Amino acid sequence: MSEIKKQSDEAIMAKIREDILTPMTKFPLIYKLWIGMLLTIIAVAIWGYIIQLQNGLGQTGMRDYVSWGLYIASFVFFVATALVGMLISAVVGLLGQKWIIPISRIAEMIALAFAMMAGIAIVVDMGRPDRILNLFLHGRFQSPIIWDVTVVNVYVIISILLLLLPMLPDLGIIRNHMKKDLPKWQWNMYNILSLGWVGTPGQYKILHSTLRVLLILIVPVAMALHTVTSWLSALTLRSGWDSTIFGPYYVTGAFVAGSGAVLVAMYFIRRAYKLEDYITDYHFDKMGKLMVLVGLVYFYFNLNEFLVPAYKMKTADAHHIFTLFSFHGEYGVMFWLTQMFGLILPITFGLFKPFRKPFPMMIIGVAIVIGAWFKRVIIVVPTLAHPFLPVQNVPENFHHYVPTGLEITVTLGILAAAILIVSILVKIFPVIPMWEIAEEKGVDIHKDL
Amino acid sequence: MSKKITPEATSRRNFLKKFGISVGTASAVSTLGILSSCVTDDEEKVPMLTTDGKVINGKKTELKLNLNEMQIRSREGLSGKKFVMVIDLAKCKNARKCMSACQGAHHLKPEQHHINVLQTENAEGTGFYYQPKPCMHCDNPPCTKVCPVDATFKRKDGIVLIDNERCIGCRFCIAACPYSARVFNWEEPKYYEGDENAVYDMELNVPQKKGTVSKCLFSADRLRIGKLPYCVSACPNGTYWFGDANEDAVTNGTSKETVRLSTLLSDNGAYTLLPELGTKPSVYYLPPKDRTFEYKAGELNYLGEEEPKPQHG
Repeated sequence: MSEIKKQSDEAIMAKIREDILTPMTKFPLIYKLWIGMLLTIIAVAIWGYIIQLQNGLGQTGMRDYVSWGLYIASFVFFVATALVGMLISAVVGLLGQKWIIPISRIAEMIALAFAMMAGIAIVVDMGRPDRILNLFLHGRFQSPIIWDVTVVNVYVIISILLLLLPMLPDLGIIRNHMKKDLPKWQWNMYNILSLGWVGTPGQYKILHSTLRVLLILIVPVAMALHTVTSWLSALTLRSGWDSTIFGPYYVTGAFVAGSGAVLVAMYFIRRAYKLEDYITDYHFDKMGKLMVLVGLVYFYFNLNEFLVPAYKMKTADAHHIFTLFSFHGEYGVMFWLTQMFGLILPITFGLFKPFRKPFPMMIIGVAIVIGAWFKRVIIVVPTLAHPFLPVQNVPENFHHYVPTGLEITVTLGILAAAILIVSILVKIFPVIPMWEIAEEKGVDIHKDL
Repeated sequence: MSKKITPEATSRRNFLKKFGISVGTASAVSTLGILSSCVTDDEEKVPMLTTDGKVINGKKTELKLNLNEMQIRSREGLSGKKFVMVIDLAKCKNARKCMSACQGAHHLKPEQHHINVLQTENAEGTGFYYQPKPCMHCDNPPCTKVCPVDATFKRKDGIVLIDNERCIGCRFCIAACPYSARVFNWEEPKYYEGDENAVYDMELNVPQKKGTVSKCLFSADRLRIGKLPYCVSACPNGTYWFGDANEDAVTNGTSKETVRLSTLLSDNGAYTLLPELGTKPSVYYLPPKDRTFEYKAGELNYLGEEEPKPQHG
């Protein structure tokens, strides 16, 4: 009996290893082209950034009134997307949902890459990046920027731990089974990173309890991360930012952006690695439902954020609302396109089962991500463009904000860097947690390593 | 009164303090000694006060402006003062002399305004007037709160300054200021002759630096030597009153007449800008009643360009 069980366990494990680990050893042309393209974008962006460093932030479209633009909007977008790690693994995972197992690692990889690039985005926005150490030499804890720097770093550290720790059993498997398939340095890397994992029941016990602590810990840290990010705006007196619901408004918006990013990543990783047996239609259906849920919550916060001031029409708020709501307003078209394609249509389509299939979900995911990015521009820019006092005695380009080509290039470079990190992570690490899949299938994982 | 200090000692200390001059510590002096050993011995020697409070006899060439000392002094401010400005809107004729004097003193570009004369009206149809708008030097400043590196700060005499040797250029203060009072050096600033070697004076914010924020300083350098700010002195129309709230006295920049601050404010129904925001400005406005000028619509702006029409809902 136990002999039969053992044999079937070994067969299942061999199949899982074959399916998950084989793509790690292959570098098809399309992958090389993809990496080459990302590196090219990054190289161009670095060149653009050097020009910006030499000539100053005047190379961007920002000026004295709209003094934050695409970079800060992108920073908020990256932080938002990074929050998905916490949503999938912690919130949904702690609720006992098992369907997140095959996509939790993808979510963690996105979270880590985007959180790191959020830090880069804010450095790119600095007028004097050479003085970045002043944050530590002269840091004032009253400033929300110090809170943000602190919490971004904590989130990155926890994200690394949340990526690495659940991977220990998988790294042990690679160490045991892949020695002849991998270059020596790579095997050595897995050997070191596996931290001597052999899969004893004691090790599993420690792993499970550590993970539980981390998963609980990341909830307040992630909430703090995005709430503090919202406070960069909400703690000022400006109309459009001066809002008490900015914290939850940002956090729920982040869940929508992150769900979109995970849907896109799921689709392409599944196709490239032929993981149809692991990331199934069922998972897209579940992710689609999750997207609808967080989308509805975000929609509710949007209603509050825009309709409450629109009802009262206080002088400065009225100005702000007009520029967003009216097609004659400066940001009217962008606002409505963003709300339609980034939120309302995804929710509507997501309600119907035929759209919760892989391909439509991917398209919806792309729309959500692009919409989320523009939404951050809408949050950051119009408020600055309409200060309380009139904008006068300045050149025409101080009145409006249009990002320059250089600014867009550098921003795309940061996005490319985030995608590059994800692309490398999914190549060098098993993208699906093998031991958790095996555990789900009833394999006695303590024995097979 | 009870404690007597020799006039000579105080005046020297005050003099040195006033101009931020100090002598480097022992090591700096000895280095200079090496450098000057080839110079003739009969160089004039003067008594100097070192940073640690000793009086030494040193060579005149050893006298130099010390950035660190200047920064410490500029952060402290002037004891016992609380500077205020009163702007009489009935007097401003949009001569823009304040703007050009300010830009000249602080080495600013034409589009950079520490003080900006705005054309505005209180409500639709109530008549336009000219409104000079410097930094409000708020007593509850939203800008200094958010600075992550303490580069911008409020001094004990009420002035809000910026240290552009420390500013990291995050522009959070610009975003936080509801009065749009701050400007940024988006590109290489406008350098004047001598700026390359000048020691940075925080109370003048000169030389300006690329990638840092600049703002109205209430001409802190002028106040230190007992003079009125650049804009106040430059006004030909008697728009500005400037003074010390603790003394309850303000002086008119044009007529040099000094009046009681509290009387001036209460007699004229003075107000502050956007008081509902709770920033507690140190700049007061007297309402534009009985204006001495006629408002001309469609004038060219300070840059000689046509002002784009303000967008209304």
